[in-house]
Amino acid sequence: MARTPAWKRYNWRIIWLSLLYCAFLLPAVYGFKHHLIVGPMAWIVATLPALPIIGIFAAMGRYLVEEQDEYVRMLMVRQMLWAMGFTLSVATIWGFLDNFGLVGHVDGYWIVVLWYFGQSIGAIVNKATLGASRC
Amino acid sequence: MENRLRVLRAERSWSQQDLAERLEVSRQSVNAIETGKYDPSLPLAFRIAELFDLPIEEIFVSPSRRSSGAI
Repeated sequence: MARTPAWKRYNWRIIWLSLLYCAFLLPAVYGFKHHLIVGPMAWIVATLPALPIIGIFAAMGRYLVEEQDEYVRMLMVRQMLWAMGFTLSVATIWGFLDNFGLVGHVDGYWIVVLWYFGQSIGAIVNKATLGASRC
Repeated sequence: MENRLRVLRAERSWSQQDLAERLEVSRQSVNAIETGKYDPSLPLAFRIAELFDLPIEEIFVSPSRRSSGAI
């Protein structure tokens, strides 16, 4: 794996955003579990954990802009395209199955987990077709 | 795209890492270009040509010329 300067910056951003995610999520779970948060504050506290996740998407975009190694950038773009295709496909199939009452309803944030899984598929495809993967 | 990068590198006794550092790209990129798995952009192709002090067409084989049997 090529550890370019842009990749290192991306990793640091992901680490900080993950820590921020935990810092927002844990108090929110505790607060809601013990009925400490009500009214408009509940909306804010419930939304806060989503912000670092959105930040991770922004970090991915920033990485693509900052990456100077065009081949490494292409690997990442291919991975992201696989992740997007996989995520949208699974979400669409699940949506119809859910509509017809064949499967249970799933919380929307699982789409992010699917996205990351899709990136792994992209990395495997890169490895299989180009002999290289981004991560 | 077929190219003479490996030969040119070997003539100078450079490793893939040496060439990568001179081009300011990853060793992975050099390997992908050498093996024809990745076609470099025009700016990178020019950087490679300038590094070896050769015209681009003496490093990279034009796919159209190759298919027509001109080379």
